[in-house]
Amino acid sequence: MSQHEIALKINGETCTARVPARLTLVDFLRETLNLTGTHTGCEHGVCGACTVLLDGQPVRSCLIFAVQAAGCEVVTVEGLAPDAVGMSVLQDSFCEEHALQCGFCTPGMLLSAHALLQNNSAPSEEDIREAIGGNLCRCTGYKQIVQAIALAAQRLSVANAPTADLPKRP
Amino acid sequence: MTADAPTGFRYIGRRRRPKEDRRFVVGAGRYAADVMLPGMLHVALVISPHPAARITRIDATAALKLPGVRAVVAGDELAQATEPVFTGLDLPKMKRYPLAPGVVRYVGEWVAVVVAKTRALAEDAAELVEVEYEPLPHVIDPEAAMAPNAPPVHADHGSNVFYRRRFVWGAVDADFGAAPHTIAYRARWHRSATVPIETFGVLARWNPATQLLDVWASIQMPKFPDNLARALRLPGSAVRVHFDVDVGGSYGVKRGLKHSIVVGYLTRKLGAPVRLIEDRLDNMRGGDAHGPDRIFDVEMAFGDGGLVRAMKMRAIDDVGAYAGRAPLQLGKPVGAIVGPYRIRSVAYEPISVSTNKTPEEAVRGFGQSPTNFAIETGMDLIARKLGVDRVELRRRNLIRKDEFPYTIPSGSTYDSGDYHAVLDKVLVAADWNALMRRRDAARAAGRLAGVGLSCCLEPSGGNAAFEPLLNPKNETTTWMEGCHVKIDLTGAVVAAMGTSSSGQGHETLVSTVVGEMLERDPETIRVVHADSLGALPSNSPVGSRMAIMLGGAAAGAARKVKSQLIAIGAHNLDAAPEACVYADGAVALATDPARRLSWTQLVEIAHRKFHLLPPGMEPGLQATHVWEVPTGGALPTADGRVQMYPCYAFEAHVVYAEVDRVTGQTALRAYFVGHDCGVMINPDIVHGMTYGGIAHGIGAALYERFHYDGNGQLLGGSFMDYLIPSSHEVPDITIVDHCTPSPLTTFGQKGSGEAGYLGAPAAIASAVNDALAPLGLHIASLPMTVAALGDLLATKDRAK
Repeated sequence: MSQHEIALKINGETCTARVPARLTLVDFLRETLNLTGTHTGCEHGVCGACTVLLDGQPVRSCLIFAVQAAGCEVVTVEGLAPDAVGMSVLQDSFCEEHALQCGFCTPGMLLSAHALLQNNSAPSEEDIREAIGGNLCRCTGYKQIVQAIALAAQRLSVANAPTADLPKRP
Repeated sequence: MTADAPTGFRYIGRRRRPKEDRRFVVGAGRYAADVMLPGMLHVALVISPHPAARITRIDATAALKLPGVRAVVAGDELAQATEPVFTGLDLPKMKRYPLAPGVVRYVGEWVAVVVAKTRALAEDAAELVEVEYEPLPHVIDPEAAMAPNAPPVHADHGSNVFYRRRFVWGAVDADFGAAPHTIAYRARWHRSATVPIETFGVLARWNPATQLLDVWASIQMPKFPDNLARALRLPGSAVRVHFDVDVGGSYGVKRGLKHSIVVGYLTRKLGAPVRLIEDRLDNMRGGDAHGPDRIFDVEMAFGDGGLVRAMKMRAIDDVGAYAGRAPLQLGKPVGAIVGPYRIRSVAYEPISVSTNKTPEEAVRGFGQSPTNFAIETGMDLIARKLGVDRVELRRRNLIRKDEFPYTIPSGSTYDSGDYHAVLDKVLVAADWNALMRRRDAARAAGRLAGVGLSCCLEPSGGNAAFEPLLNPKNETTTWMEGCHVKIDLTGAVVAAMGTSSSGQGHETLVSTVVGEMLERDPETIRVVHADSLGALPSNSPVGSRMAIMLGGAAAGAARKVKSQLIAIGAHNLDAAPEACVYADGAVALATDPARRLSWTQLVEIAHRKFHLLPPGMEPGLQATHVWEVPTGGALPTADGRVQMYPCYAFEAHVVYAEVDRVTGQTALRAYFVGHDCGVMINPDIVHGMTYGGIAHGIGAALYERFHYDGNGQLLGGSFMDYLIPSSHEVPDITIVDHCTPSPLTTFGQKGSGEAGYLGAPAAIASAVNDALAPLGLHIASLPMTVAALGDLLATKDRAK
């Protein structure tokens, strides 16, 4: 198995590693870098639990080899919060709406939603359902997830950073 | 009893962010696959490609030559070193081992495991293991398997019937003889499951110095540590299961006992930590986590007005190649065998049949959702036969509010309910008449449109009464849950529960009820999952039991601590405890509230000032409470009457659906559910589980099936062919709450973990059949896939 030197940016930090050609990006993140917030649910690109941002776009990290991410910028769930102790508005909104149960699909769901909100500041319910259409959740039936993303959009339209005065759910 | 949420609670029933959510949204959940130990080895599986075969040779030479491969272990070696896997029924001749010793009985059955330094290496090596088989006759169809000359799945057992008994409760024959009308029908529930997004995973580490096996597993299984220790021939004190592992969904199926036996054996053999994480194909094919696969043959006898007097139900369940706990899923529905209806006599014949398929495991509702579907199919058929409105028919049959507590023919007593009120509420919320107009307008425009309805029960509280019912040698009547509550020297409250959680929000549950009892902010209360050596006796979150049982255990322990606080206060106020009041953590004289001891003072006395403690009181502030399921504890009667679960939640579903006349695709356009699970501890959690249960029910009704061909091959094994509903298939759902408190529980709560799933398949089938009715078509087989409905519609086209 051939080995390759790669350099990429992960959650804002430059990272270099020597990896086997067949190592998937998700295994690289989880097993090599111990970034275990990214989960594997199917390893064939359907469930979306392994979703990360690659140069800003949500992708399935189980369908990409680590070597293919060389030179790219990767964002995982560990990189969504503004700092080590806080939460992003979206993450906080997931808590506010209880948009999760077992939490296993949540990181992928958050990254798909994050990408949506980067491009669409006022998504309709249909836009939200479309954006998370590739992220399977077995616990929630999606309703509270849709509500959380709508709440985050509403909050972000008020302020671009988390504050103590975020709108609460009615 | 009140229809509104009870008042008077400080924290219960109020909106509150679940305690668990924050760690999950920042990616700090800790699942089984996230626990990684230095030197950890990885397992890959060698599986059977045959539905039935004798293993004639296994050659691992090439596999063992690969650098990094540590071991290849097959069935004979493991069977020598371990006890067979737990079986729920009385089947002494049916032995089940994690790795097949000698004979394989389904496609996907584990034949050998390969252990290597990485999972990729292990998989490479698994492909190099040569196994030769001599194929044996197999049987796939459960009814064919019941024939006397059918190929035996377990030759030693002598038959493919694992269990069969005909229960008769009440004057069934007389009621049938006297009734002016009867119907007979078949309802088919094909094999699906809960299929969590996290597959099963387990890591084990044997420490020879301490003689202790540490286990981190994504487990949701009653008595898992005991079963694992017994299988590995270890004392329970040598197995430490870490229940603080987050479980990525389960809904019943995460019972990886065989996986855990394998890694438990391997870590002792190899002296290194060993982990086994299923990939999706492993999970679907050989994870032994399929759900009920049932054929119901039902007869109902009823009067001119549609009042159902008697029912005969035969339920054949295809449990696959081995019987674990799954066949007991034929027993649980005995506790709600008449659904929410006043049916006065019942004959019930559960038949558990073995075939050459992947074994079945417990699935959300433990057999209740298929049974509810079978009952509700009959209610719609009766309405159609008599020309009575479906809603009216149910109103006539529903147990009335003034009849509770209500004992059904099979011996279980329903605790409380107001079914008519819940039904009325959901009909108003859905605007039933408007839905009918919408349906009629769609039909006028040439579309197939239907409105569906279902009413059903969610038995909750989870005991094991079905064990002695289906296996007289098993006298289990205890099904306890425990909790430990303490206040430390700093005045902080910590509660310990004794199982893992798979998304149910138990930390929120426990902190809320302990906060309620002690009048402390739940935010400040820490809840931990004790490991199995430190845990109190507990039975895990099965049978919609934790709000009732863990909630009751936590409240009971907190109540004891509170009485200690009161006793300390009273002693130091020179008063009797009855003369004192407890408020916000302080104890004061009732007649002179200015004379009081604060929380801090009480805690100080308990921990440091023995001289101020009441005589005979233990120092420190801590208490445990372990309790039995309310109404539990009795064996079944000789004729099989038994109190199954204690509490009965009720739900009424209304759904509007359209079926594409050409493709057979069903779209759900509106969904409403009326739900009464008594007092909700945390409404967001209850609602979330109900939405999710409905989504799961949509899958069972329309998409999900483990399909086998005649050669015993599983046609699928990925999310490309086993279709879980996405955000596109699950419509916006409206829940209408109602509250009839249970008289049996601490706060009036009932269970809700299976909510939604129990009634959704029946309601969707009702809607699809309403849509098909103008064509004269009917379907009583789930899932109603595009293929199934397309074929059915095509028969109509051909007939034209």
